Formats: sequence, structure tokens, C-alpha cells
Amino acid sequence: MNATLEVRVWRGAAEGRFEAYQVPRHESQTVLDVVTHIQRAIDPTLAYRFACRVGMCGSCAMTVNGAARWTCRTHVDKVAEGGELEIAPLRNLPVVRDLVTDMREFFDKWARAQGRFRGRATRKDPFAQVSPQSEARQLANAGIECIGCGVCYASCDVVAANPDYLGPAALNRAWTLAQDERDAAGIERLRAVAGEAGCHACHTHLSCTERCPKRISPTAGIAGLKRAVAKAALQGRL
Amino acid sequence: MSFRSETLLWVAQRASAAVLGVCVAVHLATMIYAVRGGLSAAEILSRTQGSVAWLSFYTVFVLAVVVHAPIGLRALLGEWLGWRGRSRDLALLAFAALLAWAGMRAVFGVFL
Amino acid sequence: MGWHARGVRGISLSAARNLHLGKLAALVHRVSGLALALFLPLHFWALGHALQGTASLEALLAWTAHPLVKFAEWGLVLLLAAHLAGGLRIMALEFLPWRDWHKSLAAVAAGASLAAGLAFALAL
Repeated sequence: MNATLEVRVWRGAAEGRFEAYQVPRHESQTVLDVVTHIQRAIDPTLAYRFACRVGMCGSCAMTVNGAARWTCRTHVDKVAEGGELEIAPLRNLPVVRDLVTDMREFFDKWARAQGRFRGRATRKDPFAQVSPQSEARQLANAGIECIGCGVCYASCDVVAANPDYLGPAALNRAWTLAQDERDAAGIERLRAVAGEAGCHACHTHLSCTERCPKRISPTAGIAGLKRAVAKAALQGRL
Repeated sequence: MSFRSETLLWVAQRASAAVLGVCVAVHLATMIYAVRGGLSAAEILSRTQGSVAWLSFYTVFVLAVVVHAPIGLRALLGEWLGWRGRSRDLALLAFAALLAWAGMRAVFGVFL
Repeated sequence: MGWHARGVRGISLSAARNLHLGKLAALVHRVSGLALALFLPLHFWALGHALQGTASLEALLAWTAHPLVKFAEWGLVLLLAAHLAGGLRIMALEFLPWRDWHKSLAAVAAGASLAAGLAFALAL
């Protein structure tokens, strides 16, 4: 193993260039370690995001050698091709500076997809009794571990081609809520996720499913939404 | 386009796809049979003309294509050319009309 | 120029590095669909010639015996089979419960297309 990594990092915003750095290579090293080293020991002007460093928050997501990943959970050994690394910000999002992207549009779409829980009970009502074995609950559970890291959104070709497309994360969340029997949004949410900006724009590339670090399959959730929306339309409820 | 019409387009695409799956399989099998048999024009037309069964089958085939092809092109035009809105839908309706006219002309020619 | 170097609208050049099975299957499906949509009007027009009866159809059939035409026909059958197989993959992903075997779908689709293409090639 070479003692040094050749690392190219995007510097700038929408306009910019890749700059090369030499970073000492270690036995057990993550890509986040590499970026941190550059900022602390070589160039303090490098901007990047991180928080927990242990794969729980999703803040450190970046494009590493072309693929969106959590840099804190990506070992250099796994991705360094011939001792080289290329690190860039997440795709499909405006770049604030260097490796930092503007996540507002990602979360705005989450809201547009009715990605928030709407209960119908009050604190005076008894707890909802939801069977963990019910089909709806199991379908919801398959998608609820999402931490909003943006990796799926950055990996989606339809998001790249269609600026209005709500994206896999927002739609996946809408699906989990649609399967939540306590939720009252119902038909309103189905209307929000249907259409060319919604679930119908998904062409099952499965890039989101490939890349999701939580191993969620937004494609499956989106397929579920397609079926639910179609059923509602054919029944005249939409 | 409204969410309702988008949803119905999605349903129509899958429904026509299912119909086409059957039609294409039958069509391919028939073509392979005809080509293998080295059938001449006279032989082909003698079997097809006046056949209500074949006429019906190919009419259904053409109609399924008229639904399926334009809807398929719609997504492609939207994503690869950024073409959306009313003009796209009108253009696709025109294409559908062209396919229907040419298709039924061919069907009548071979089966009537 | 932005780091991901957008070429044709919506298609990122560096995305080519990430060409995985699902993307490839979707691309084949779309391109074959486009090719078929462009071919169909021609196909219908050629058949419409049969309106003029046996002689016209005979002349058309004679033309189709030309090796280039045969090759084009074979290509079209392959496109048709590929599009059909890709469509079945999409319908399976949209309507059936799947998880681990979704990648096999693309492989099955490819295999089925090839089989159909070969069958037609043998018949030519």
C-alpha cells in the first residue's frame, strides 16, 4: 500500500475545479478522515459538512469516485482506485461551497409530498394500537429508517432530468405515512404524490435502492404509491 | 397535467402493455411461421383476407399501439428534451392519430 | 463548468461511471421504445401497400428478401423483444413484492430478448 493518497477535491461552487492533495494513508481510514485531514493540516479554507462521524446523522454524504456515499462509513481501502480518490459534493443539489450543498430543495420537496405525519387523535384519546404484524405496518417499517441524508436524491437520474421531481426520499416518506393507520392525510397525500413531479416519474432505475446506506428501497415505496394512486383514481376517489 | 390524468395515463400504459405483450407474442410467432414457410404474397393474403378473427386481432393490436407509443414518448420528450406542457400533448395526439390512420389502413389492406 | 459536467440535458457524463444494471435496463427499454415508435409508421405504410392487392404485396415481399432488409428486420425483432422484456421487468417491479431478486429481472429480460432475437434469426 502506498504511504500517500492522491486526492482530488472539488473547490468552488457551481463554477470551480478539482484540486489535488497528497494525504498520508493509514491502515484504517475513512474518506471523512481524508477530508478532515485536508482541512486541518493542508487547507483550512475547505468547506465540508459532518456531525456524528459514526453513520447516524447522514450529514457527511458526498460523491466519492462518482458514487454518493456517507464518507464517515466509507473505508478508503474500499474505494481508492490505485491510491486515488475523487471527492465532490452531492449531485442534483446547488453547491454552496466546495463539498457543501444547499439541502433546502430536498426538504421542500419532502414537505410538498406531504411527508409529515398528521394525527387525528388528541392527548385525551387512548394510545393507538397498531399491530406490528399487520401488512401495512410491515410495509411502513421497511422505509422508516430514512435519516434524510440525500444520497438517494443525489443518485437519481430522474431528479437530474426533471427539476420538479419530488425524489425518492420524499416519496418514500410519503409511502410510509400512507401505510401508517394513525395518519389522517389520506387522499390529500395521494394527490400530492401523483403526477409527473411525483411517483409516476419514477422509471425504476433503482439507483436509489442501490445506494441507500440504510438499505431502504425507495423504488418499492414509489411502486406502492403508484398502485395506491391508481386504485384511488379508478375508484373515483382521487 | 392534473394528477388524475397523469394517473390514468399510467394505468393506460400498463393496460396497453399487457395487451401488447400478448399481441406481440402472437405476432412474432406468426411471422416466424410465415417466414419459415416461405409464404408468397398470394398465400399470405389468401389466409388473411376475409378473416374476421385476424381482422379483430390486429385492430386490437393497432389500438393498443396507438395508446402505448405516444404515452411512452411523452416521458422521453419531457426528460431528454425538456418538452412539457400543452404543445407536447398536442403533438403526441397528432402522432397517435397518424399511427391510428396508418395502422388501420394497413389492417384493412391485409385483412379486409 | 459544474463538476458533474452535464452533457446532453439531464444526462450527467460522470454518471456513466455508475452504469449499473437497473440504469442499463431502463436505457435499453427507452431507446428500443423510441426506435420502435419511429419504425412503426414505416411498417404500417409498407403494409398499407397491400391495399393494391397481391402484386404490390409481392413486390414488397421481394424487397424484404434483400439481406440488408432482413438484417434490419432481425434488428427490429430484437428491439421488440428487448422492449417487451424491459416492460415485463418494470411491471414486475411495480406490481409484485420483490426485494432480493430484482436484479435477476434485468438478466431475465436480457436473456428473453436474446432468445427471441435468435429464434427470428434462425427463421430468416
